[in-house]
Order: sequence, then structure tokens, then C-alpha cells
Amino acid sequence: MIKTKRTSFIRIKESAIRAFFFTNGILAVFILLGIFVFLLYTAIPAFREIDIKEFFTSKNWNPSSPVKEEYGILSMIVSTFLVTMGALVIAVPIGIGVASYLSDVAHWKVREILKPIIEILAGIPSVVIGFLGIVLFGPAIAKITGQSHGLNALNGSILLAVMALPTIISISEDSLAAVPRSYREASLALGASRWQTLIRVKIPAALSGIIAAVMLGMGRAIGETMTVLMATGNAPAFPSGFLSSIRTMTATIAIELGEVPYYTTHYYALFAIGLVLFIITFFVNLISDLVLHKFQEREL
Amino acid sequence: MNVRKLILVGLLCFGLIASANTISAQRNMMQIKGSDTLVNLVQILAESYMAKNPRSPMAVLGGGSGTGIAALINGTCDIANHSRAMKEKEIQMAKDNGVTPHTFVIAVDGLSVIVNEGNPVSQLTMDQIGAMFRGEIKNWKEVGGPDKAISLYGRQSNSGTYVFFQEHVLGNQNYSADMKRMNGNAQIVEGVTVDKVGIGYVGVAYVADDQGNVKKGIKILKVSKDASSAAYSPLNKAAVDSGDYPIARGLFQSTAGTPKGAVLDFLKFELSPEGQDIVEKEGFFPIGSGQMAENEKKLK
Repeated sequence: MIKTKRTSFIRIKESAIRAFFFTNGILAVFILLGIFVFLLYTAIPAFREIDIKEFFTSKNWNPSSPVKEEYGILSMIVSTFLVTMGALVIAVPIGIGVASYLSDVAHWKVREILKPIIEILAGIPSVVIGFLGIVLFGPAIAKITGQSHGLNALNGSILLAVMALPTIISISEDSLAAVPRSYREASLALGASRWQTLIRVKIPAALSGIIAAVMLGMGRAIGETMTVLMATGNAPAFPSGFLSSIRTMTATIAIELGEVPYYTTHYYALFAIGLVLFIITFFVNLISDLVLHKFQEREL
Repeated sequence: MNVRKLILVGLLCFGLIASANTISAQRNMMQIKGSDTLVNLVQILAESYMAKNPRSPMAVLGGGSGTGIAALINGTCDIANHSRAMKEKEIQMAKDNGVTPHTFVIAVDGLSVIVNEGNPVSQLTMDQIGAMFRGEIKNWKEVGGPDKAISLYGRQSNSGTYVFFQEHVLGNQNYSADMKRMNGNAQIVEGVTVDKVGIGYVGVAYVADDQGNVKKGIKILKVSKDASSAAYSPLNKAAVDSGDYPIARGLFQSTAGTPKGAVLDFLKFELSPEGQDIVEKEGFFPIGSGQMAENEKKLK
């Protein structure tokens, strides 16, 4: 009697716990859906007054103009990609290099000290990094490139690379360390040097993790606001290269949302930018997922 | 187990109540919000007021004139600081929200046009400055300087200084898309200090102290109404008072409805000789007798 009571209690407890975790899991999906629907709902009214083709192809964004209001986001889309790609070009080789060093070359004592320090780097507030961009990197870039100032896409790229590095290093190092010891031993036993083992065996084996790390780093770079807002000069002109001042999508939203009168075309247009950004990050994640699966299949 | 849960729930409730209390305590505090040009001045005025009246705490926040006015309209601040007049649209929105704004002039600011110390140009006309910021004049040699491209520094569109400058200097035309939109007066000063070919506009208090000593690395330009009239510096108090210096403006505070209680008391303090002394010490100009009479009419 007592025994059955106890088992039924355990069963109820079990199902309650299961329900709890299920709700947690489904909650994330609902929040995501909610955000998407909200964005859609506040973005669509923008196109009552803005021509959707003009929105994506015009280079001029000037919603508070006293002359003619213009809503074109091409310049800021290109700027966002410019600064993100620049950040990846800098951060990926360095990140994978550091991860390989930590997992394969460094003495374990060095690794134990270095890895936490690198992870602390991820905790530095973006305002502080942006400030470094203004007072440190900016003048240095100006001097090296012979420009009059250093508030440009290059500065933003360097800062975003600094911010993406801890993610890339930490996750890449984890996946390199997770490569089975037997791979390395087999490779060395066949007469490969340590360098060959690292490049031909370990990195390909850990590639899925490394790609995930790079994508996470890219996600951070694309959505980062404060740093680019402070360091890239925020000129809304179409960028002509890494040395022009640029304004990204996130910076535009951050600057203008604070003062925009509610329920105006300008207000809706800012949410439309948010929606575009949301879709871009969604596809970045989707592509990284597909790539990951592809590599995992090949491994098998 | 149950006891532990009870304690946990109790602690949670306690936390909620405690945080609710601090929120209501914050609301009792007088909130002043708005113009970045005014934030330092009003902070110091508030500190000396609180030194005498420790029972009326207040918080002074920046964010730009547009942000402050929006907060006043939405009822989230007691006083809005703004460096441009309120727009018709904003007054209407406030009235729709049941708020009748009362506006007072608390100081006068000579808006200064600044260049790098190394720039040989020392005076410009209003037309020349306007054409530069509209992007029509692109090279310093067109205004008698070296053969170098002009690098523009301005504020972001939530700034009252941005709007004031656009209306009074650019003739209500668009800013050049190449102008770097900086995050506040201090960042413009920082930018022009480094940038040999930069030009920017800031409140005079950000580049000179009350003795008229100009910040290192910066040159304040003399400005004339047109090519035939004399050029004046914004440091010349007589010229600002008489209106000979062409880019001077009033700095405003608005309250929701007729000021009462602590708000009224604080406004009276700001307009008193003691308050106006602080205004002058902070590098702005005290208000003239005409404006003072206007203010006093509204305070009654």
C-alpha cells in the first residue's frame, strides 16, 4: 500500500518535472515568435508611406530632414556588413591561432592562466571598448593610414574583432581539446610532425566547433551597438571603403529611437530596420546550422 | 524541504517589495532630463541647491533635448532641459497628453564653431559655415585655408544643438551625409582636438572656462553675419548679449503645468543672482533683463 503510494508520487513528480522543462523549452520558442510578430506588426505600417523598393535600394536615410524625408537603408546594410566582415577577417585567424596554441603548444600551466584571462576579456563592457576606440585605436589608425581622423569602419572592425575574440578562442579551444587523443597519437605514430597533425588532423576534426565559434562571434559583431556607435563616426553616407566613416543599422536604431515621436512613419521605419536585422541574424544562424550538419555528416 | 521552500518564497517576496520601494523612492526624487549642453550646468545648479535644501533630492540626466521633451510629454520627468525651442508639434502632443508645458529661459549660450589649433583659418561667415555643413564647400582652400578636405563633426538628430544649427546656420537644409554624428559635445571636442582638418559646433562652455581660457588643441572661430560685417568671438560677452555674435541661443527648461513646490523653488534659485553666478562660472551667459521679466511673469 505504502509502496504504491510512493511510486505514484514519484510518477507525478517525474511528470511535473518533465512538464516544467518542456515549458521552459517551449517558452524560448514563444518569446522568439513573440518578438518576430511584434517586429512584423510595428514594421509593416512603415510601408504605407515608404516604397519598399526605395527602402532597400536608396542610399539616403534622412527621416528628420526639413527638406524631404528619405528612408533608404542600403548604406547602413552595406556598412554593417563591411564592419562585420572586417572584424571576422581580423578575428578568425587570430582566434584559431590562439586556440591552437592553447590546446596543442602551450604548457598546461600557461593554458590554465591564459584561458581565464581571455574569457575575462568577454566581460568588458562595450562602452569601455568603444572609448578605447576613440582615444587609442582612432588616433593610431589616423597616424598609420595618413587620415585626418580614425573614426571609421576599420576602427569599428578592430574593436568588434577584440570583442568577438574571446568567444572564438574559447569555443574553438574547447572543440580542439575534445578531439579524441587517439587521432593525435595515430597521426604522430604515422610520422606526421606536430604541425602537420594540428593542421591536417586536429583542426579538420574540430571544424564543426570552430565554425560554430566563428558564427557566434559574427552574431556578436553584427548586433553590437555601443562600440560601433562610438567609434565609427556615424556618417550616414554610402561607405567607399574601410577608411570612411560609417553608420550601422544598430547605431541608427539606437540613436533615433530615443527621440522619435511614437506611431509615425519614422518610428515604424526604425522597427523595419530592426526586422531586417532580425532576418539577417536568423539566416546567419540558419546557415551556420546547415554547415555544421554537413560537416558532422562528413565526419561519420 | 517545505520550510526551505517557504523561506525561499519569503525571500523572493521580500526582494520584490524592497525593489518596489526603491522604485517609488526614486519617483519622489525630482527628475530633470534632456539637453546634453545643459546637463553639466544643471547638475551643478542642483548640487548647490541641494546643499541648502537636503530634503529635496533630484536627479539630472542627459540624452538630448528631444529625449527630455519626450519625457516631459510622457510624464516621466519634472523638468525638461532643452537647447532649442519646443516645436509646435511637441506642444500639441503634450496638450493631447494633458500636459501644458511652461518654458523658462535659464541661460544664454554662444554656440561656438571650433577647429583644430593648427588650422590657419580664424574667421568665417555664416554662409560659409552653412555651405560647409551642407557639404557644398568641401575643401579648406575655398575659405582661405590649406588645400585639404574638410572633415565635419556634428551632433545626432536627438540633439537640440543639431536642430538649432540646422535651422539657423544651414538655412533648414540637410546636413552633409559625410558629417560624423557624434554622441555629445565632449566627443566633438575630442574629435576636433585630434583632427587637423576638422570643424565642429559645440556649446561654448565645453571649450572655454569662465576666464575665457580655450581648451588646449582647439581654436574657436570668429563668426560674422555676412561678408561685409565684423566677425565676433562667442567669448565676447558684449557681442553675445547685443546679438552681434550671430549664433547665440537661449537655453530652456520646461515644466509640466505651472511649477509648484520644489520645482518652483528650484527654478527661482536658478534665476536668482546666485544661480546666474553659477551660470556664468560654468561658461554660459546670464540671461538679460527682458527674458528675466518674461520668466517672472510665468512664475507668478
